[in-house]
Amino acid sequence: MDMNYKPNPDYLVEVNDLKMYFPVKTGFFKTIPLKAADGVSFAIRPGETLGLVGESGCGKTTVGRALIRLYKPTDGDIFFEGKRVEDKNIGALRKDMQMVFQDPYSSLNPRMTVEDIIGEPLDVHKLYTSRADRRDKILNLMELVGLNAEHATRYAHEFSGGQRQRIGIARALATEPKFIVCDEAVSALDVSIQAQVINMFEDLQNKLGVAYLFIAHDLLVVHHISHRIAVMYLGKMVETADADELNSNPIHPYTQSLLSAVPYPDPNVAKSRKRIILEGDVPSPLNMPSGCPFRTRCRFATEQCAQEMPPLTDRGNGHLTACWNR
Amino acid sequence: MADKYDADQMPKKNPLSLQIDLQKFEKATDEEKRQADVMSESTTFFRDGMRKLRKNPLAMFSIVVLVLIILTIIIAPVVVPYSYSDIITVNGKRDKTATNMAPFKYSKLEQQYIDEGGKVFPHIMGTDELGRDYFIRVIYGTRISLIVGVFASIIVLVIGVLYGSVSGYFGGKVDLVMMRIVDVIYSLPDLLMIILLSVVLNEVLKFDGNGVLARLGTNMISLFIVFGLLYWVGMARLVRGQILTIKKNEYVLAAQVSGAKSSRIIRKHILPNCISVIIISAALQIPSAIFTESFLSFISLGVKAPMPSLGSLASAARSGITTYTYKLIFPSLMIGLITLSFNLLGDGLRDAFDPKLRR
Repeated sequence: MDMNYKPNPDYLVEVNDLKMYFPVKTGFFKTIPLKAADGVSFAIRPGETLGLVGESGCGKTTVGRALIRLYKPTDGDIFFEGKRVEDKNIGALRKDMQMVFQDPYSSLNPRMTVEDIIGEPLDVHKLYTSRADRRDKILNLMELVGLNAEHATRYAHEFSGGQRQRIGIARALATEPKFIVCDEAVSALDVSIQAQVINMFEDLQNKLGVAYLFIAHDLLVVHHISHRIAVMYLGKMVETADADELNSNPIHPYTQSLLSAVPYPDPNVAKSRKRIILEGDVPSPLNMPSGCPFRTRCRFATEQCAQEMPPLTDRGNGHLTACWNR
Repeated sequence: MADKYDADQMPKKNPLSLQIDLQKFEKATDEEKRQADVMSESTTFFRDGMRKLRKNPLAMFSIVVLVLIILTIIIAPVVVPYSYSDIITVNGKRDKTATNMAPFKYSKLEQQYIDEGGKVFPHIMGTDELGRDYFIRVIYGTRISLIVGVFASIIVLVIGVLYGSVSGYFGGKVDLVMMRIVDVIYSLPDLLMIILLSVVLNEVLKFDGNGVLARLGTNMISLFIVFGLLYWVGMARLVRGQILTIKKNEYVLAAQVSGAKSSRIIRKHILPNCISVIIISAALQIPSAIFTESFLSFISLGVKAPMPSLGSLASAARSGITTYTYKLIFPSLMIGLITLSFNLLGDGLRDAFDPKLRR
């Protein structure tokens, strides 16, 4: 932890050199750290959406959860509105930071009615004056996310996936947070429902001014909703740029291959595009390659990549890339 | 727009078109339209489980049997004019001839009294070797056995759930230490503990007078203590295992993100989701406690005489097994009926409520 690090007051959330290691038992006495997130830094302005992309198991969810302190980070600093997030002040900050979960089926308690699920944050933070006030607030939230108020007394299993995700979003909005981590919030939904939910996220941002950390593995979705996009590979941040800039001018070879895999609606254009197919599998995070983690699958890898991890360097307009050769 | 899609004037199919002929579709009736509007009836987990339980004939039968037994042990002592501890008296005189009678038989004195126009309540299960009415003794024995079973399972439930939920929820080192304690307790021989404790308690607690505890005797108290000390470990392990799986669910994380305290999360999210397993296991604990009590009474470590229990009645009947077989049959039948009903009910509850067995 860098106690001298001065957060930038412009940012709502600032993450500096976040490290999250999980101990993994490999023998009777031997444990080695699984580096789920290793030196991740980024910042989010109020009302802004940062998209976080990467393939499965690259540590996106870990970053999101460490950020909201479901995990205690191994090292690194997280600042919220310029204040360091620590164990002692997290209770008060919970009101301003919320999370929408990936699986709309397991993220709602099957024994609670929709009213109680949405009302739980209100109960915890005592945000109402009377039972009637609580009910009013819950019904307002349900209306905000497009749920029928008549369904307040129903149980979660009586709803479809999209409706369940709306319930989860209403719960996250209950405390009027300034920042919401959306952890693969639309991945479990089918495409038409995805569009509805994503548009709802945008509407809510326009109405309420919340900032999102939007974690997903679908680049199209992320590009649609995000102002800026960060790309992760094996626990490390490899590229950050504005959404359009990243889409039109990817620099890091990993980002390039990710973008080349995005399906394109026009078949003529799609034919002319060249797919960059990565060879081999993602290395095990327990046994990471030295230097740059991507070098084992990279077309441009050189001697230097094996020696040292490239730092994130600015390539103009806040486009940061961690690569020696590009 | 509305008339364009009117079902009465569907567009004619072009013979060359590969589209489905829209005119082949039937119009939805009003009834069908209404059905599409109405969502299925809101059912809770509990209601759904009860519906399944009601469909299980074995479980329903055992509920009926248990209710009948419970009603009998409540009503019978009021109706039957005999006491479990006193010799039958006829017209104010002790009837010393009324020993070891077969069911529904009267002694000479009683017969005489009936002939004179007096009324004698029949001995439904005969009498024992001291001339006490056997039916009322079996009823009291059943009372004792059921009370022991229910209380023991409540003790087990409370301690086991508290211990198991703390251990499972906090995990890590807390869990490690707490579960090693459970392992140690698991390895203690329960029978030996009951015998030792009852000897010690006999010396420490000198009961006199007529309190409930004094009438039950130190053996029963040590039985309860041993249940409280030793038998909760199974329940604690079960609850811990349940909580370990439930706390991985995202709704627990969501509650943490909401800022909910651990006690609230355990109360509101975790326990309600494993309550069915807990109830089932508690229901199955009752017959096992009854069986333990009967067994201890059978080897004369149970209730203090003259208080009967089903086990001690069976034990006493053993000596006259060839001549007075019925005296062994009645209490054994009762033990069998109670344990069987509770076991079948427990199985039925599991089938109805266990989420793993749901379709």
